[in-house]
Amino acid sequence: MSELFPLSVKGAVTRRHGKVLVGPVDLELDGAGTCVILGPNGAGKTSLLRLLHGTARLHAGEITWGCGTEAARNAQAFVFQRPVMLRRSVGENLAYPLRLRGTPRTEARARARDWAARVGLSGLFDRQATVLSGGEQQKLATARALIGDPGLLFLDEPTASLDGRATREMEEILAKARANGTRLVLSTHDMGQARRLADRVIFLLGGKVHEEGAAEGFFSAPRTPEAQAFLKGDIVE
Amino acid sequence: MIDLWEGLRQAFWLVATADPELAEIALRSLRITLSALVLACLIALPLAALLAVKRFRLRRTVIAILNALMGLPPVVVGLVVYVILSRSGPLGALGLLFTPTAMIIAQMIVIVPLIASIAHQSLRELWHEYHDLLISMNVTQGQKMRTLLWDARRALLTAALAGFGRGIGEVGAIMIVGGNIDHVTRVLTTAIALETGKGEFALALALGFVLIALAIAVNLTIHWLGQTEREGRW
Amino acid sequence: MMRRFFLAMVVALSATAATAQDAMRMAVTTSFHNSGLADVLLPVIAEETGVEVQLLVVGTGQALKLGQAGDVDAILVHSRAAEEAFVAEGYGTHRREIMYNDFVLIGPGADPAGVAGAATASEGLQAIAEAEAPFVSRGDDSGTHKKELALWQDAGLAPTGAWYNAVGAGMGAALNTCVGLDAYILSDRASWLNFGNKGAHRILFEGDPVLFNQYAYLPVNQGRHAHVKAELAMKLETWLTSERAAELINDYKIDGEPLFVFNAK
Repeated sequence: MSELFPLSVKGAVTRRHGKVLVGPVDLELDGAGTCVILGPNGAGKTSLLRLLHGTARLHAGEITWGCGTEAARNAQAFVFQRPVMLRRSVGENLAYPLRLRGTPRTEARARARDWAARVGLSGLFDRQATVLSGGEQQKLATARALIGDPGLLFLDEPTASLDGRATREMEEILAKARANGTRLVLSTHDMGQARRLADRVIFLLGGKVHEEGAAEGFFSAPRTPEAQAFLKGDIVE
Repeated sequence: MIDLWEGLRQAFWLVATADPELAEIALRSLRITLSALVLACLIALPLAALLAVKRFRLRRTVIAILNALMGLPPVVVGLVVYVILSRSGPLGALGLLFTPTAMIIAQMIVIVPLIASIAHQSLRELWHEYHDLLISMNVTQGQKMRTLLWDARRALLTAALAGFGRGIGEVGAIMIVGGNIDHVTRVLTTAIALETGKGEFALALALGFVLIALAIAVNLTIHWLGQTEREGRW
Repeated sequence: MMRRFFLAMVVALSATAATAQDAMRMAVTTSFHNSGLADVLLPVIAEETGVEVQLLVVGTGQALKLGQAGDVDAILVHSRAAEEAFVAEGYGTHRREIMYNDFVLIGPGADPAGVAGAATASEGLQAIAEAEAPFVSRGDDSGTHKKELALWQDAGLAPTGAWYNAVGAGMGAALNTCVGLDAYILSDRASWLNFGNKGAHRILFEGDPVLFNQYAYLPVNQGRHAHVKAELAMKLETWLTSERAAELINDYKIDGEPLFVFNAK
């Protein structure tokens, strides 16, 4: 998946009803590690994720990948804050992305079993996905996103509505994915999570990249007063 | 009231003795309506899925028309099909008028809007639920439609059963294009109309009860078949 | 899933059961069909000539239309003027008289208009109009309807008003309405005798020669519609005018009453 990167964003803007949601954004992203997007509500975190993923309309600027856009689209996946479950069994949910790409049924099923085991859902393999708990659903959604070995995985506040234990399990899954070479880009409001996972931080404010850099530097010595205030838990406008 | 009891008695008798004539027209009713249903589903379900996932300029208009056509009077459908299939009509050379095929065509036209409308309602809801995920997975239009149709199959079964109900009980269209010819195009509903015309209310009612029983039996069978497909089976 | 669909489609299309080789379609009037005579004749016809006659039971008006469009191979109706026009316009090859039955005036047993005492059909209708007793008319352009209109004209009346109900339906449905409304009606005898919902209604007037009802057989012109099965229609005509047909038609009785008189020449 190395062809996916570098991801280069130049002056990218997306709007809704004429109002700028995010942008103009300039960004370079290489193919390793975990990038955490921070910022207050309404800063444009979700919009930026969607813009990079290609499901929000690019109104201005450009986004280029190491490979073609279409190939790039198929080499990435997205996990939503509220997981979308297909009205099928856990196993069928896991196999779905593989079947879309034409993987034979038996092979898809075997890989689904493997992934169910990796995220601790083996016992629920034949259960209807819609009846799982929130934590189980989010683990399933993440496994379903990872099953196609994406080069890049976006996660939009994936643990926002989970309890401590489910959050911990999610983070373990993400750490493994990162170790396996999947580039992670996630947004979160959980500063502890950000510190635990991030290699790099993008601090968004008012739809623009306000500060950006290595995680260590950002958390220990934020450059801008807004980032300093944000990390202290003060209200930032 | 006497006619009602007499009708029940005769219905029971006809069924108990496996009356061959009754069996013939009941089976013809089933065959024609089920054929019309299958063909209607082949048209209506993909159409409903397309209307759910694809945004095009006339989409709202098409949906409005479909909804309006749900109440399409079968007699009008019958007349139009009749005029088209008549020997003097544009498709007269096919010689289809007064054949079961003509009845299947007419019934199919009657039930397509009904099935498409009901199916569209449930597919639209499911699409709302799946939208973000499927867009994110970059699936093709065809994959979207197939996913929706498959995952909404229970709701679609309900739509199909509604279509079946409208078809099996329909008389206006098939009377006109079928002609109610004995042993060729006579089905339960046209036989009921005929017996009513003869003032044979009890027999007409008996056939009516058989029709209702048949409709219930088909519904139960299909539901039962749906049940056997256990949750989460591959 | 697709395979199941295709299988079902094959089933659907095979429902286009091939119609029998020696089958022909004949449009007949409801009054003829309701008489039950068809049930006697058709099996014998099939047996003796090998022709399977498929009946389309409609009003005379629609029967003529079906013949004009070429949707049937022959028609058997009872409305002379319309039949002659049909032949004159070239839709039918010729008109062959087969048999006749008669019309009767039916009304409530109590006979409030006093139709039973009438000397002629005209008098009977005048009595109904005078009393403004409810009357049900077929109102469907059928042979019976045309006959009824002609009778009103003979009686010097143009029936209008709340008592005159044109129902626009076949004989059976019209009889049902008539019984329900406690009304009078003109019906062919056969339909009435075979009718299952008579209530307290009965025949109040019959026998006037103007009430005779001539049935004629008209093969559809093959010159206009090449697909018409003229040969079968010819076979059927030969049989309908045969000794055997005369015997069966004259012997056909309901409740001991003969219904039709064979008069083919």
